[in-house]
Amino acid sequence: MEFPFGYGLHLENYSASSGHYPQVPHEAVPSQLDNQYVADYHSACYSIPVQSVMTPSVGPSMLNTQQLYSGAPHPVESAGGLTQGAISSASYLHTSVPQSYSALSSHYSSSTSSSVASQGFSLSSGHYAMPTISSALYPNLSYPSMSVGSPYGQVFTSQSLPAVGQFKETNTFPNQSSAVPRTLQQQITLGYNSTSWSTSDFQSAQDNFSRNNTGSLAKASSQINTVGILDSLHPVSQNVQFTNPGVETSVVSSAVTSSIRTPVGDHLTEPASVPSSTQPSESLLQEAIDSSSTTSSASPVINNYDALEGGGYPETNSATSSPAPTPQTSRMPKPFGYGYPTLQPGYQNATPSTSAMQPSNPGHHSGFQQYPQQYPGVNQLSSTLGGLSLQHSQQPESLRPVNLTQERNILPVSPVLAPVPNLNSDLRKLNCSPDSFRCTLTNIPQTQALLNKAKLPLGLLLHPFRDLTQLPVITSSTIVRCRSCRTYINPFVSFIDQRRWKCNLCYRVNDVPEEFMYNPLTRSYGEPHKRPEVQNSTVEFIASSDYMLRPPQPAVYLFVLDVSHNAVEAGYLTIVCQSLLENLDKLPGDSRTRIGFITFDSTVHFYNLQEGLSQPQMLIVSDIDDVFLPTPDSLLVNLHESKELIKDLLSALPNMFINTRETHSALGPALQAAFKLMSPTGGRISVFQSQLPSLGAGLLHSREDPNQRSSTKVVQHLGPATDFYKKLALDCSGQQTAVDLFLLSSQYADLASLACMSKYSAGCIYYYPSFHHSHNPAQAEKLQKDLKRYLTRKIGFEAVMRIRCTKGLSIHTFHGNFFVRSTDLLSLANINPDAGFAVQMSIEESLTDTSLVCFQTALLYTSSKGERRIRVHTLCLPVVTSLSDVYAGADVQAAVCLLANMAVDRSVSSSLSDARDALVNAVVDSLSAYISTASNLQQSTLIAPNSLRLFPLYVLALLKQKAFRTGTSTRLDDRIYAMCQIKSQPLVHLMKMIHPNLYRIDRLTNEGAIHVNDRVVPQPPLQKLSAEKLTREGAFLMDCGSIFYIWIGKSCDNSFIKDVLGYPNYASVPQKLTQLPELDTLSSERARSFITWLRDSRPLNPVLQVIRDESPAKTDFFQHLVEDRTEAAFSYYEFLLHIQQQICK
Amino acid sequence: NIFKFVQFKFLLCSYLITFDELKTDYKNPIDQCNTLNPTVEKVKKIKRVKIALKLVLPEYLIHAFFCVMFLCAAEWLTLGLNMPLLAYHIWRYMSRPVMSGPGLYDPTTIMNADILAYCQKEGWCKLAFYLLSFFYYLYGMIYVLVSS
Repeated sequence: MEFPFGYGLHLENYSASSGHYPQVPHEAVPSQLDNQYVADYHSACYSIPVQSVMTPSVGPSMLNTQQLYSGAPHPVESAGGLTQGAISSASYLHTSVPQSYSALSSHYSSSTSSSVASQGFSLSSGHYAMPTISSALYPNLSYPSMSVGSPYGQVFTSQSLPAVGQFKETNTFPNQSSAVPRTLQQQITLGYNSTSWSTSDFQSAQDNFSRNNTGSLAKASSQINTVGILDSLHPVSQNVQFTNPGVETSVVSSAVTSSIRTPVGDHLTEPASVPSSTQPSESLLQEAIDSSSTTSSASPVINNYDALEGGGYPETNSATSSPAPTPQTSRMPKPFGYGYPTLQPGYQNATPSTSAMQPSNPGHHSGFQQYPQQYPGVNQLSSTLGGLSLQHSQQPESLRPVNLTQERNILPVSPVLAPVPNLNSDLRKLNCSPDSFRCTLTNIPQTQALLNKAKLPLGLLLHPFRDLTQLPVITSSTIVRCRSCRTYINPFVSFIDQRRWKCNLCYRVNDVPEEFMYNPLTRSYGEPHKRPEVQNSTVEFIASSDYMLRPPQPAVYLFVLDVSHNAVEAGYLTIVCQSLLENLDKLPGDSRTRIGFITFDSTVHFYNLQEGLSQPQMLIVSDIDDVFLPTPDSLLVNLHESKELIKDLLSALPNMFINTRETHSALGPALQAAFKLMSPTGGRISVFQSQLPSLGAGLLHSREDPNQRSSTKVVQHLGPATDFYKKLALDCSGQQTAVDLFLLSSQYADLASLACMSKYSAGCIYYYPSFHHSHNPAQAEKLQKDLKRYLTRKIGFEAVMRIRCTKGLSIHTFHGNFFVRSTDLLSLANINPDAGFAVQMSIEESLTDTSLVCFQTALLYTSSKGERRIRVHTLCLPVVTSLSDVYAGADVQAAVCLLANMAVDRSVSSSLSDARDALVNAVVDSLSAYISTASNLQQSTLIAPNSLRLFPLYVLALLKQKAFRTGTSTRLDDRIYAMCQIKSQPLVHLMKMIHPNLYRIDRLTNEGAIHVNDRVVPQPPLQKLSAEKLTREGAFLMDCGSIFYIWIGKSCDNSFIKDVLGYPNYASVPQKLTQLPELDTLSSERARSFITWLRDSRPLNPVLQVIRDESPAKTDFFQHLVEDRTEAAFSYYEFLLHIQQQICK
Repeated sequence: NIFKFVQFKFLLCSYLITFDELKTDYKNPIDQCNTLNPTVEKVKKIKRVKIALKLVLPEYLIHAFFCVMFLCAAEWLTLGLNMPLLAYHIWRYMSRPVMSGPGLYDPTTIMNADILAYCQKEGWCKLAFYLLSFFYYLYGMIYVLVSS
């Protein structure tokens, strides 16, 4: 009878901890309740420890939820062990729910024997090559004897936690560690548990349904339960956030972590086998206890959110709860001793930002300032964690005044990260990834007046259709949404009770549908808050027919190719046809995919590719004033049925027009024909154009005056010359057709007018200035690689995107390529993963009655497989009332990107100089507003809060950007293209365009290198963009987003030139070098792996250009050195002085 | 001729309603702009608002017509009151976005909060002006009738 004894021990711990409660503000009442129960009901005493045993095991089940379909099968495999292996491997992301339902239920019946659990575990551990740390823990825990599910789970969490250590906060550790001693005791009580197995399983099933009856007991224990559940949530969501970024999954700082991290995701899901076995063990005790523990797991969330709504800060809960187990930690430090030291390097390196996050709370809420003193245990713990230096709190850091004129090295050595919203840790970890969803102010000002005072733009930067490696996909017959504002249920809603939830956008109370009560992943009933929808801020729903206006369209691709003399001469046809041939099978689509081709010069040519023909049939329509479709049915053909004909055509096309003398281009009529062809289905039109359209509708005239290219005065013709393309785009958009434009011209082609066809039909624009297949091989290579990406990337059809936000906020303006259908609805004929959007927001009503605001974007689209899907992102941000908090939360990169978007609008609607002035004023206004708030600062110096210290630099870079620069010779098309890019690029890529990254690459070392796919990628520090950083002895790499420059100094080390470039000395390096040879030297390997790593981080392949110091191309390089003075523009220091002058005025 | 102002007022009302609707409702701005811009075939498509007259151009034309009438009648004071609005209309039409057909509103920018708010405000101001001038003309008409 050691069992009760074991629990008694914990009881002691808990009563000790409850003694702590009253010290913490906000939590007095619950703790009283708690004490009362301890006194009154003996059973309650039991329930407390049981919960804490339970909680970790809930943790894993949450993990499971997070992982969703990638993870769901694993528990099945590990628990069910023998039967379900196949499913786990097969159903990666897309397993439909019914499948996993059945899998789970079958597991349910088979998991009665305790041996299965342990066996399952060993199975899965083999699977995932468990990190060494956890195996170090195994010996003293001897798994086979661990028949009881819950300890099993605990041990697991305590192991996996160190692995996830980066994300864990200190105060959660004590709680987890408290689990460990318990498990040790549980081992001793072995026999007892194993006998109980068979009966308990049955009981637990009953329990599942009797939970709702629990009543008061649940309430009482909920406080304690918060400890475990809320905390055990943390590793989960963080983990997912880290794995989500997809491309960046592998960005890990040391070998140790990288080897651990990847398993962690899967590894954490394994314990999901546990919950099933947990229930039996609890149900051994009393039904009441059991149910209380399970129900109460719902209530913490309620408490948490009630606190939010009431204006109090949610930290209270987790904070109160976390200190409770602290004494235990100090008593039981042992189990951690093994895991920790090994992990620390990774811990420190991988997440510098997370370690900085946590302390923001003390800084922000006075209530918390005494907290470290009150609970020395936490402090001790943090000191034992070493690397987690908690001393720098984010709040003061981002507000630290920086004297801009005196700070010489303003640019950090590592890339700038997005600021983390000052939320409590649970919400923060549930929050949407900054890569998909970013706000310019991570602290939302309460009123418009406050926002006006801060003089910062408020807006969102979206990248909604980003490629994600892990995305929870939910199939459910009812998608739970708010009945009044139609918001999708999300992690930031509050559950009032089991049956009702409160919308976080409009505050309406909604019913939880019956179906939502059942969680298919944990196989449990009555836990709506654990559904994946409520655990992930980025989810994708498979929509039912309610979300369709018509049956989902097939993927339809139409290529409209310019075959006039100019185009043939440039030789793009070969590249396009070749890329198409290569990627024909990789075009996203299903068996219904259709494809068609139109070529045009002064006439429009159609190609009949109907199945059964022996060869493609060309049909010429010369009546360009009234274009008609010669054979409407056979021009767009099924890709699979007519594949041979298509291949024939593609191989024949490049040579068909080789001797053409036709110089005219009838783009307008060709587009009209394309629209007619596409309008029954919708889809994507890809237009390749090489010159100014000169015939038929939509003909354009050259508007550029080359002598005005470097004018400092007025830049004209930024707007379209005709509305033909806009109207066409709107018609296309109405028929769910997007037009993508590839402009490959060597001369002025009036992109300002042509771009309209893509802008308003949600297409994308690619521009290859002075394209020629042989004279300009770099562009040819770029086209080829861009095409590969373009043809194979994901695509969504007939999409709409709606952005909802908390009552009080409203959308002011959208930026991007789309058509605005209503004040919050964008119509996107196509959506591609490279499209970014920006939204300006305004505060219409003051947000006094809420402490959090949420933004939700819902993107409804038809996938290339003909499924209707909804991708939902939800972002949650705190509301602040003081100006300094607004500044503290400013996200300078997002703000600059939004300003750039606004400036593009301004330069088109007003003038370029207006836009430039507006940009400068944005800096001047915000900095002077900041200086006037910080009254203690000297008025004469130029001070910026740390969060905005890069603001002047970025704005200066923006002023020197092709889109906005004056004085430097800029071709009109280049300028317009830069503007189009600003409007449609997602933030990450836009930032590189505005402010390129400069690295020195002739001395790459492995110091601080990261490991990606077994490759060592050196991480050289960022250099500021100034010629003073360039030394003649060095070689520098500049990453401008779409192009890489490598600049070689005159007296660059010969060994670098030899080892990396493959030439004997500096003089022999050719003028046009666009590739690094694969040499078998260490420095070459390092340079190449670094460049490959940079390349992999973006969708479009950048061109590499090696520039010698005296080559004529060096101006291209030097124009990006934004901190230097040019003839027409300020240097950075001069710019600062200019701002200072403006402020003092 | 003054009686025509009754119709005129109705016209303005409906004009205003449309913009109000645009903001609160989810009507497609393409249709919206087509209603407001006089493209004859599209006018048939209007389902929600019955009065098909709510077009910007007729409003401008009627107003210009009245101004001409006042000019003929040598009603200098009234003409003087109406001149600013006439000038505004001319300016407004000159600075309309690039478009091939007649019209004033661009469906791609109409949803911008600033522009929408501006259009609405413009609508209200004009309504007030037309209402006041309607009563003024009515007064003028009765005065003339009585005195003759």
